[in-house]
Amino acid sequence: MEQSQPNVGLFIPCYVDQFYPQVGKATLEILEKLNCKVSYPLDQTCCGQPLANSGYERETKESCQQFLNSFLKFDYIVAPTGSCVHHIKERYSKILNAPELQPSLNSKIFELTEFLHDILKVELQGTFRHKIGYHASCHALRGLRLSKSSEVNTAPFDKVKSLFEKVEGLEWSQLQRSDECCGFGGTFSVKEEAISLSMGKDRLADHHEAGTEILTATDMSCLMHLKGLADKKQSTLPIMHLAEIINQIIS
Amino acid sequence: MSHSKASTDFLRNTEHAKWHDETLWMIREKRDLASQKVPEWENLRTLASSIKEHVLSNLDQLLLEFEANATKNGIQVHWAKDAQEHNQIVLDILKKQSCAQVVKSKSILTEECHLNPFLEKNGIEVIDTDLGERIVQFLHQPPSHIVLPAIHLKKRDISELFHQKLQTEKGNEDPYYLTQAARTHLREKFLKAKVAITGVNFGIAETGEFVVCTNEGNADMGVHLADVHIACMGIEKLIPRRNDLGVFLRLLARSATGQAITNYTSHFRGPEKGKQIHLILVDNGRTEQLGREKFRNSLKCIRCGACMNTCPIYRRSGGFSYQSTVPGPIGSILSPGLDLKKYSSLPFASTLCGSCTDVCPVKINIHEQLYEWRQEITKANPNHAEILSMKLASGIFKSPLAYRISGILMRKLIKNLPDSLIYNPWNVWGKGRKLPETPQESFRNWYLNHRNNEQ
Ligand code: SF4
Repeated sequence: MEQSQPNVGLFIPCYVDQFYPQVGKATLEILEKLNCKVSYPLDQTCCGQPLANSGYERETKESCQQFLNSFLKFDYIVAPTGSCVHHIKERYSKILNAPELQPSLNSKIFELTEFLHDILKVELQGTFRHKIGYHASCHALRGLRLSKSSEVNTAPFDKVKSLFEKVEGLEWSQLQRSDECCGFGGTFSVKEEAISLSMGKDRLADHHEAGTEILTATDMSCLMHLKGLADKKQSTLPIMHLAEIINQIIS
Repeated sequence: MSHSKASTDFLRNTEHAKWHDETLWMIREKRDLASQKVPEWENLRTLASSIKEHVLSNLDQLLLEFEANATKNGIQVHWAKDAQEHNQIVLDILKKQSCAQVVKSKSILTEECHLNPFLEKNGIEVIDTDLGERIVQFLHQPPSHIVLPAIHLKKRDISELFHQKLQTEKGNEDPYYLTQAARTHLREKFLKAKVAITGVNFGIAETGEFVVCTNEGNADMGVHLADVHIACMGIEKLIPRRNDLGVFLRLLARSATGQAITNYTSHFRGPEKGKQIHLILVDNGRTEQLGREKFRNSLKCIRCGACMNTCPIYRRSGGFSYQSTVPGPIGSILSPGLDLKKYSSLPFASTLCGSCTDVCPVKINIHEQLYEWRQEITKANPNHAEILSMKLASGIFKSPLAYRISGILMRKLIKNLPDSLIYNPWNVWGKGRKLPETPQESFRNWYLNHRNNEQ
């Protein structure tokens, strides 16, 4: 652990705030247990990604600014989502036409497991006796490059899974298609409903065959979609956000 | 028809849709294996992308160099600013040869220009000689994939079609048998044709030669038997030097089908004695695309089709759902440049998962361009209801207070309304998926109650 206590601003995406408060809590608790000084700025709103991905990026300038006002003061900004983090990191300086922002975004904002891996350099110790199905959320995978995507032929690496290397009893499901998209895609999930459902069903089937006991991901949005599908089919598929698993392990 | 409507139709036949997805995924896996055998794969991609970058930045000079060298070699070079000019040039050459029947090997460009219907209207019979293309031609369909034109059809469909068109045995689905029948049929056409049309995979500025890659050898068969060869080439198909060719050949077939190289890689440098080669350089919107800073990279495409095979949406919606000559991810960033209104649903037919970008051998940032086209489309085709709701959302997001109130409302709404009454997007969501359960309190409220000592 570093000598000085990192001052972390906690960003909780809007849908996590509203529907999955336990993921927010787990994230906060993990960071606190790992000796961070964590604050949750009360004036935070949505990062603007849903609008931007729908083609209304230009309408999000003020919400980007709002985000920066709430968060730039921290040493680090950490969030339990790859998708929003990717949006903020990759697009804000362009949206605001402020290239000078980029270096501080690069050094400050992290998805939770990325922060644990890159900055806190955590090696989780403990036990978690389950077969985990890890869904590699696309924006964490190909956007933030948390692990090597199956298309690219570089040396393999996986920041997420490497956190768990020392955890006892934990087994990862071996999937037929290791990183195919779940079909959520924000408004895609309703605009292209048929394909979205078909993609989700295929992911679930892959996990089912692989013997997944608990489905997890960096992003609750993918899990919300997959869980919603599974529930509709009355199949019981426990889901846990990575933050919840990690928090259990280090408790 | 929007992409979403077309894909809903496609997915109705679940068994066929599953087969389509799995077949294309298998090709993606072959590509993975083939590319993994080349240790310098990622370097090749970077190199190919930079060479194309150079080409796009110096296109004017390179084209002139190419024209000069090709002309020196005895090739007759023509320039076409659009599809119409291109088609007219082809027709004029055919008329001069008094040719009423022409054989054509695969060329996406001629599809883009709708050459076949144009020639047919002018009394000329066109025989597509690529097996897959001949199959879709029999069915009066466009290709559904740029490398595998008949990938939407199963063996059974082809057997039935050949039974009708080529009098093969009814019910015989043996691929070898069917291919032989097609060969015999095409051979007859090859022998009669005085003019052969081909596409071009690469034009080499330094030497004035051009290269055509096929697996069936049909381009060569056509060209060598005919007196006149017409090659149709998009102006972006240029590479500077012959030395650069190897970079692209190593990437092309591996990305396309997982083969190390296409069965035939034919170089055309100049006409044989007594014969003619005409090369038509076609713009048809390419210069305009080159001028669009965010989208110019799309012109690096070498038409390998890998982005289609990897695309989870393409695999589950089929090529026809895009209703554009080039379907799939690359089609969705090229087509809006040709007709923004007509193709306005295509950039939204994506989750922006980025698999296309990672698979692309020339590193086109396809998914980022999809995102950028979305921005252009909402500017150009205002859908007022949508704009209103987006403005509303943007108002909510920029004001912490409004955001908080809307969050409380949203949770109340979802909690209290039966699934069927929940407002529109949630309504669509709710058809195939359950909504998340609404928790007692939001994270924010929990935080206020439990942690917010210092603020
Ligand atoms: S965009 Fe890239 S992957 Fe797609 S066809 Fe073109 S070269 Fe191949």
